[in-house]
This record gives sequence, C-alpha cells and structure tokens, in this order.
Amino acid sequence: MTTHPLSPPRVPPAPVAAGRRRRRLTTVLLPYGLLAPATVVLGLILVYPLIKLIMFSVQKFGLRQQFGAPADFAGLDNYKRVLTDVQFWTVLGRTVAFCLETVALTLAIGMLVALLTQRVGPKMRLALITSLLLAWAMPPLSSTIVWQWMFDTQYGLVNWVLSTLGQSGADGHSWLSNPLSFYFVATLVVVWMGVPFVAFTLYAGLTQVPQDLIEAAQLDGASARQRFRHVVIPILMPILLILTALSVLWNFRVFTQIYVLQKAGGVNRDTNVLGIYAYRISIGESRFDVGAALAVVMVIIMLLFSLVYLRQMTKTEEL
Amino acid sequence: MSTGLTAPVAATATVTAPPHSRPRKTRASWRPGTTRTGTIAANVAAVVVVLIAVFPVYWMLNTSFQRGVDIQDSSPSFLPFGHGTLSNYRKVIDRGFFLTALQNSLIVTLLTVTCALVLALFAAVALSRLRFRGRTGFIVTVLLIQMIPPEAMVISLFKVLDGWHLVNTIFGLTLVYLVFVLPFTIWTLRGFVAGVPIELEEAAMVDGCSRFKAFRKITFPLMAPGLIATGTFAFIQAWNDFIFALVLMNRPENQTGPVWLQAFNEGAKGTDWGGVMAGSTLLSVPVIVFFLIVQSRMSEGLMAGAVKG
Repeated sequence: MTTHPLSPPRVPPAPVAAGRRRRRLTTVLLPYGLLAPATVVLGLILVYPLIKLIMFSVQKFGLRQQFGAPADFAGLDNYKRVLTDVQFWTVLGRTVAFCLETVALTLAIGMLVALLTQRVGPKMRLALITSLLLAWAMPPLSSTIVWQWMFDTQYGLVNWVLSTLGQSGADGHSWLSNPLSFYFVATLVVVWMGVPFVAFTLYAGLTQVPQDLIEAAQLDGASARQRFRHVVIPILMPILLILTALSVLWNFRVFTQIYVLQKAGGVNRDTNVLGIYAYRISIGESRFDVGAALAVVMVIIMLLFSLVYLRQMTKTEEL
Repeated sequence: MSTGLTAPVAATATVTAPPHSRPRKTRASWRPGTTRTGTIAANVAAVVVVLIAVFPVYWMLNTSFQRGVDIQDSSPSFLPFGHGTLSNYRKVIDRGFFLTALQNSLIVTLLTVTCALVLALFAAVALSRLRFRGRTGFIVTVLLIQMIPPEAMVISLFKVLDGWHLVNTIFGLTLVYLVFVLPFTIWTLRGFVAGVPIELEEAAMVDGCSRFKAFRKITFPLMAPGLIATGTFAFIQAWNDFIFALVLMNRPENQTGPVWLQAFNEGAKGTDWGGVMAGSTLLSVPVIVFFLIVQSRMSEGLMAGAVKG
C-alpha cells in the first residue's frame, strides 16, 4: 500500500488516473493477502487432518492396512463399536464427573482468592499475586511430577505428615493405586493449576466494578451480602460464564496430569479419561479406526458445548 | 496444550472503566468485615493461600538440592542448606540428551512465538482495519477452530505429518504448535489493533507518512502490550506442551524438555527424586523467569485488551 507522500491520505486515494485501477486491485486483494499465510497453515495442519480424522473413523484398519493395503470402508461400524462399549460410557461418565467437580472447585476457590486479593493491603496483594503467578507459570508436567513426589508412597511428604500426626497406616500408603484417592490427588493438581488464572481474571473484573453503584446500593440499605449478590455478581456475570466455559473445555480434555499420575500409580483401566482412553486405543492398541471414531465423538461433544461459549462471546462483543 | 495462560476472557469481556482504575480507598463497599478482626482474618487467609501456591515450587527446589540419603531419610529435611548439593543438577545435565532436549524446546518455542506473532498480526490488521467479503466468515471459522480439542487431533496429525516426513522434525512440531495458538493470537491481536483509533494513523498520513509507515510508527508501538501478552501465551503453550511432543517426537535425540523429563521420571521409578526434581526445576526456570519479567507489562496488556475496541 503506497500512497503518494503528498496526496491526501483518506481513502479513496487521490485519483491518479493511470495508477487507479492497479491501486483498486491491490486494495481489494490486500486483506486476502494478509490472511493467506494464517489460512494456509490452519488449512494444512488443522482442517486437512480433521478431514482425515473423520475419514479414518469410517474406515477399517487392520493388519493388512499396516502393510499398505487400502483401507476398507466401514460405515459407522467404528462408532457402533465405541457407543456400544460399556467401557466408553464409564470413561465418559468419569470424564464429565471429574470435569464438573474440578471446575466447580476451581471457580469457587478462584472467586474467594479474588475477593481476598481485593480485601488485603497492597503488600499482601503483591505477595498473593506473585505467588499465584509462580504456581501458574510452572509447566503442568513439572507441577504434576512435584505433586506425585509429595504423594510418593515411600518417601512422600504427605504420608510423613499424616503418620507424624498419628494417622496409623499412612506410612507407606499408596495414594495412586486406588482410583478414588487417585482422583483426589488428580483433583488437587488440576485445581492448584487452575485457580491462579481464574483468580486473576475475577480480580481484574472486581477492580472494574463501578464504586458509585455500590455506594448507591449501600445508601439504599443493601447489606454487604446483598450488594455482592445483586450488584457485583451481575456485573461479573459475563466473565464468570466465560471462565466456566473455558475451565470446562480445559478440564474435559485433561491429559498430561492423568497420564503422569497413571504411570506412577499403575491403575490405568479404572482411571482413564476420554483423552487418555482415545490415546491408548490408537497408540497402545494400534486401533486407529476406533481411536479416530472416539476422537470424533470427543470433538462433537466439545463443539456442542462450545456453542454455548460462542453465543456468550458474540453476545458480549460484536464480530 | 491444555491449561496454562489463556486469556480470551480478558479480551472479550466488556469492560468500560479505564484500565488502571484502582478500587478507591474508601472502604465503603459490598465487602464484609471492614472491622479489625475481618482484616486480620483476611490477612491470615491470604498467607495460607500464598503458602499453598508456593509450597510445591519450594518443595521442588528443596529436594533438588538434597543428597539421596537425606531425601530417603525417615524424616524429611525442610531446609536444603544443611547438606546442600549440586550433584543432582550435574547428574541431570550430564545425562544423555538433556541439553539437546532443552535446546529442542527452546528452538521450537521461539519459532512458534515468532511465526505466531507475524501471521496473527497480518490477519489481525486485515480483520480490524479492512472491510472485505468473507470477513465475518473467517472470524467465525477461527472461533470454531479454537474449540477443537487438540488432544483429539493427535493421532491424525501424526498420520498426516508422517506422510509428509515431518514427524521427528522441529519444523513439523512448530507447525502444530502454531496452529493451536493462532486462533487465540489472531483473536486477541485483532482487539488490540482495533483499540488504536484509525484517526491516529490518518493524522500521520496527513503529515506525509505512507499507510505502511503510519501503521509501523503509530499503531504498532501502541500494540506492544498486546504483542507481549499474545507472545507470552504462545511461549507458554509451546514450552509446556507434553502430548504432541510425546507423539510427534519419539526419538531420544528429538525429545523436548517435558518428554525427556517424563521419560526420566518413569525410568527412575521413585528412586531418584533429587534428579527428577533438578530436571523439573531446570524445565520450570526459563518459563518462570520469563513470566516474572513480562508480568507487569502483560497484565497491562490483558487489561488493555479488555477495553472494547
């Protein structure tokens, strides 16, 4: 886009008869040129594999296909296999339960921490923000391994603390080999990692609540709880909704944390979540076709859920 | 790429107050307990939160400086200084492929950040400064794409990249990370470009700048917080990713930091916590340092992005 240095800058550009058509053309093509690189990358590395995924899910992959034979069309057989498998429904139920539980905890604790951050003095606030930032910045793999170490059967800190406090049987207790305590540890890890972001965002939202609204409510005789319930919460609602949606999206597809804890605990079958389950079927058992069908089911569930999220986004901001 | 820093919230929330407005000093608010007891309780609670947030990080550092005998002692030592040792770090660094893995991580991450910022900036300018056919369609596609769980794409991505001989290459992994950070980066930068009034650019053009120069001199510097925020996002996603590197980089010399660490962790089977924690620390330090450096500017960026453009 070149404009003559002395020509008036506003579009439409100065009518220089000869260059006019070419300039028009570049103006028309410019946006597409700017979008082209991103579009090409997204198309090749995301849309194309997505189409491939759908194709895999309606084909039959066996030993013959591993050696290069063309795959047979299998219709919806793979989906039938997935959806009639009891294991799938168990895993789905577990994934949804884990997701809802961690999201509820993360949001509740995040809200409390945000309120706390606003309530304390500037020095304590700085300490809070810095330490949350530290927890947030840790790579999920590192922090999961640290939690794994703290819950270690033999030398772990948690067992030591419990047995020091007189809890008999805590010594040498294996947290990760029982599905229930496995999920207790997994919840701790996921919530610990999830709270900082929620707390920061809600704190940012809290600082923007107009003070005069609160003062007005107070003059009208609203109690502190009423002011929170009827003034602050409605103002924070868009943020709360989006945070909920985001946390659901993240925790539904949790992978790294469960993967690491499973490797440490050794109970895979009873602790699988959807993402891990699809991974194990595809990579572990080399059943790409069934794995692909599972992955498509996962995408569909997430997209259905995302419609809510999208509607919220389009409501708060025009495209 | 699941958790970590993602802040579409800030970018989409409708907030009208000025970005840096602090709550006023007057404690006339909806908050309960402006009493002295309330203040004490709040501070105690804050200390507890700080301890819970910091302790695992401290425990990682603490263990990483301890000798094996102290780690396996019947009562844990809470201070590493008694028999503080660097042997765990030496062991990890000398271990096969650790430095290669860190180097791989660093290259992939920097490439991802650079490419993501350039591509997203182009797209953001087009989407917020220019009117054209298909604009809304593109935005909706980007938003939809963002909803696809990356975890579901691992297998078919492996197949596709394998067909193009891009498995076990830095280039292939970078492309994958790029794809999963682009939607968010485009979406956020779009808000930042839109946040700079076009009149500013036009004023510069009246003063004789070309359109490109006006953008470079006026809008670009004003977007710095946005670039930092989105760059940080891309950095964290690429540096922290585990699942794609696990599947796509399966040779020891091609591992990234997280994959190397998990392989070490699995191999140690709970017998070398000092080494595992040292590795874990070395993996965390770059991202923590980076985070603390950009922290203030980033929150500035996130807040500014919250102002509707």
